[in-house]
Formats: sequence, C-alpha cells, structure tokens
Amino acid sequence: MKIMKCPMNGPRNISEFVWGGEVREMPDPTAASDHEWAEYVFIENNTKGVVREWWMHAPTSYWFIAERNTETDEIVRTYPATELYNSRREFK
Amino acid sequence: MPFGLLKYALSKQYPGERHFPARKELRPSYDVVIVGGGGHGLAAAYYLARDWNITNVAVLDKGYLAGGNTARNTAIIRSNYLTPEGVRFYDESVRLYRDLANEFDYNLMYSERGHFTLAHTDAAMRTARWRAEVNKHLGVRSELVYPDEIARICPQLNMSRDVRYPILGALYHYPGAIARHDAVAWGYARGAHRRGVEIHTHTEVTGFDVDNGRVSAVRTNRGTIKCGKVLQAVAGMTSVVAGMAGFKLPIRTIPLQACVTEPVKPFLDPIIVSGSLHVYVSQSARGELVMGGSVDPYSLYNTRSTLDFKEELIMHMLELFPFIGRMRMLRQWAGMADMTPDFSPVMGETPVQNYYIDAGWGTWGFKATPVCGKRMAETVATGKVPDLIAPFALERFYGFAQVGEKGAASVGH
Ligand SMILES: Cc1cc2nc3c(=O)[nH]c(=O)nc-3n(C[C@H](O)[C@H](O)[C@H](O)COP(=O)(O)OP(=O)(O)OC[C@H]3O[C@@H](n4cnc5c(N)ncnc54)[C@H](O)[C@@H]3O)c2cc1C
Repeated sequence: MKIMKCPMNGPRNISEFVWGGEVREMPDPTAASDHEWAEYVFIENNTKGVVREWWMHAPTSYWFIAERNTETDEIVRTYPATELYNSRREFK
Repeated sequence: MPFGLLKYALSKQYPGERHFPARKELRPSYDVVIVGGGGHGLAAAYYLARDWNITNVAVLDKGYLAGGNTARNTAIIRSNYLTPEGVRFYDESVRLYRDLANEFDYNLMYSERGHFTLAHTDAAMRTARWRAEVNKHLGVRSELVYPDEIARICPQLNMSRDVRYPILGALYHYPGAIARHDAVAWGYARGAHRRGVEIHTHTEVTGFDVDNGRVSAVRTNRGTIKCGKVLQAVAGMTSVVAGMAGFKLPIRTIPLQACVTEPVKPFLDPIIVSGSLHVYVSQSARGELVMGGSVDPYSLYNTRSTLDFKEELIMHMLELFPFIGRMRMLRQWAGMADMTPDFSPVMGETPVQNYYIDAGWGTWGFKATPVCGKRMAETVATGKVPDLIAPFALERFYGFAQVGEKGAASVGH
C-alpha cells in the first residue's frame, strides 16, 4: 500500500485521499475574459516532474498541499495550505 | 501433426514474411512527419498514402513499433456513445473495422460479441435508456434490456438480488466487438510501408523549429529533419510533445491498469461492463479473462501496477461472477491515458500552423483507430477539418462547447 502523510492525521493509506489537481492562481472571476476563464478551468500544465497539488483527506474533509513527482510516484512533501495562503479569499 | 507443422515452417513455398524493413537513415526532409507510431499514427500514414497519394511521409516512434497504449488496451470496439457527435464518429470506425481484415489480407481476429453495460441504479437505467434512444436514432443497434433477457443471453452472470448492487437492466449493444490490437497496428504499418511510407522506430522527437507560427522542422535524437506538416499522435505524452511545439491542452496523463487471468475454455461470449462496480471483462480468443476498470485516482507518467486497483477490481468481479474465485491472475500492466475533461478526444488544428493534433484518447481510443487515421489524413492532406471531427476541435473548450461522454466512456472503454 502506498502511504501519504496527512499534515493533520499523520501517515494514512493513499486510498483515503482525494486528488484535487495542481495549485494555480485563480483569475478574478468578474474581470477575466471568457478565454482566460476557459484556460483556468480546462487547460492543464500536466507537468512531468515535481508538481504542487491540492489533496484532501476524505474521512476528515481536510484539504492540504502536497508536492509530488509525477514521474516516480514519490510524494516529496505535504503541508497545510496556510503555508501558501495566509488570508481568506472573498468572492463578491 | 507436429511434423506436418514443421514441414510447413521449413517449406520454401511458404516463406516467412518480414513486415517492415530494417531502419534506414532519416532523409533530410519529408512532406509529412507523424510523431508517434501507435495505431493512430500508423493509420494516418496508411490513409495519407492510400487515399491522398502522399507517400513522402515518416512515422517516428521513440520505442518499438506500437508499444504504447496500442499494445496495452483491452481491445473493446463499440459505438454506443451518448452524444450524437460521438455516436456518428465511432459508428464510422466500427464500419471501417468490419472490412479491415479483408483490406489488409491480415487476420485481425475481429470478433463481434455483443456488449452489455449493466445498470445497478435508477440513474444508470436512465443513462442506458438515453444512450439506447440516441443510438437507435442514428442507426446504431443498442437496446435497453431487463434481467430476464440478460440472464438468457449471458447465463453466467450472477443475477441474484441478494448482493450489494443487484442488476436492474443493461444497455445491450449488438455490434460490440474485440480485435487483436497488435495486428491492427501491424496491418496499418505494413500497408503504409508497402505504399512508400518510412517507419522509424527508436527515433525520439525532442523539439520542433517553429518560424512565424509555422512548424518547419522536427528535431530528433537522430538529427533534425525538415517537414511540410506534422501530425502528433503520442497518447500519454501529448502534453510533453505539444509543449515542445509551444502550446498547452486540456489533458491530464493518468494511468489505466488492466490484467488477465490464466486461460480457460471459452465460457463468456459477450463483453460485460458495469459502471457502478467500475469493472469490465471479456474473454479473449486465448481463453484469458481480460479485465479492467476506471483510471487511477491521480495523474502519473508511469506504468506501475498497484494492489489497490486489483483488490477493488476483483472484489467487484466476484460479485458478478462468483465462480471465478479460484482462477489465478496471470499478468498485469498499465498504460498512460491522455484524459480530457469531457471524455472526448482533441482532433484537428492547433495554435501552430501546419501542426495537427490527434490526442485526448484517454481510455477509449483503440476503437477509433481507423476513423481517426482516415479523418486525420484527410485533415492533413486537404488542410480542411472534415465535419465528422469538427466538434472535437481544441477550440471547443474556449467556447464552452464540450462533447460530454463521461456517462459512456469512464468505465467501459
Ligand atoms: C489498459 C488500457 C485499456 C484500454 N482499453 C481500451 C479499449 O478497450 N477500447 C478502446 O477503444 N481503447 C482502449 N484504451 C485506449 C487506447 O489504448 C488508446 O486510446 C489508443 O491505443 C491510443 O493510440 P495511439 O496510437 O494514439 O497511442 P499509442 O499507442 O500510445 O502510441 C503513441 C506512441 O507515441 C510514442 N511517443 C511518445 N513520445 C514520443 C516522442 N517524443 N517521440 C517519438 N515518439 C513518441 C510512444 O512511444 C507510443 O508508441 C485502453 C488503454 C489502456 C492503457
């Protein structure tokens, strides 16, 4: 079994986690053009190598960040999202 | 009997045939360079030569011939999709497939088995009914069937209601078939080669020269070659190769795993798919049960196998066929699937001029090999995208006009 280390719950079986895709900057939804928005929603970097991603520990609904190597299937590092985002984002 | 066979093997009357010549030097320039020598790239080369008399063509593959997803798929061919665009497109492929063995004079072991998509919930019954109606409207033979009929056609299935997910009905698709995937690729390769196309294996594309938005040369580990046009058909490596040409796609590379049991005498004729149980199975001509499910839970450029996959698969298989509990698993493997958000392919033009793409084939592209080769060849030869594949353009994502096939393609490939 592959083990992932949840920053809140410690090491758990990978099947308890849900992959949330790459961490990306969201364009301002009210100001972005349709083209920019489509790009944000659909277009992927699909990087071969180390990527920074959202993951969730499903039983506790806890979202966090993981750095993962998409070539070797190694999880390099996991940490709370507060390392990247230190303020709440408001949607108008 | 063994002696008869030996005599046949040694007889000069039946000489062994070499399908493709040994690799030659690359020429300095080609009219069309096809990146990726899987089924799709080879089929496009074949139709370029056969239908459009374009033979100054090179197919480049970084590995051996058709060793990517073409060699790894579970060979299911069907046209029972959900959208009219999808049904029309895959139906042309099924029609081409039926004649292909004759056309190649090559045994593809094309075998029409009938194809069940089992429904275990009301929602799945609704999707099955929907697909049946769209299919019939477009002349494709699919019906909604109920448990008594399923039991009659496939008495091996466990129809008990005393299981976690009892079978409520199914979408039955008469033309559902399997074929020998390697033979399809080899047939196209031989046909293309006989018409003058060059096939270069162990030739990796490492970059492109793009001048004023137009592709002019392909860089490889064996030198740079000038080209008129490029067709990219590299499945799991789609984003990496497109990145060399300078554009991005709505694609994620996610492994799809499969496995086979030891061979046993034929007992299972139809192909069985269950969306709710995330499994599908057919029995090969060799007698093995060929099994698989949905893609892995996260992206990866890797073809490792996992225990999680097998556990879940077998747990559900045993609910459908309890009597296979003592069969042994023989082989397991994986391929890298190029997944799109709407479970439809990306075909046609790209932001780079004279650079065409055939990608986003995810877990469902083997069945499309003939139609895709034919229509991509037409696109490359005429510079015009045929109506049949126009809905699958990359542009559709910018217009929010996806061709949603998840209900028809996420488990049954
Ligand atoms: C386990 C599994 C089961 C499947 N089951 C089904 C099924 O039942 N029915 C169905 O219709 N589809 C199925 N599929 C999907 C199907 O296999 C693929 O969509 C299809 O084979 C894609 O064909 P292709 O020629 O585009 O790609 P491939 O056969 O993968 O060919 C791409 C080629 O590009 C080459 N390449 C990559 N990068 C480079 C480079 N830089 N330079 C040169 N060459 C390069 C690779 O070596 C490879 O040979 C399945 C896939 C898998 C993995």
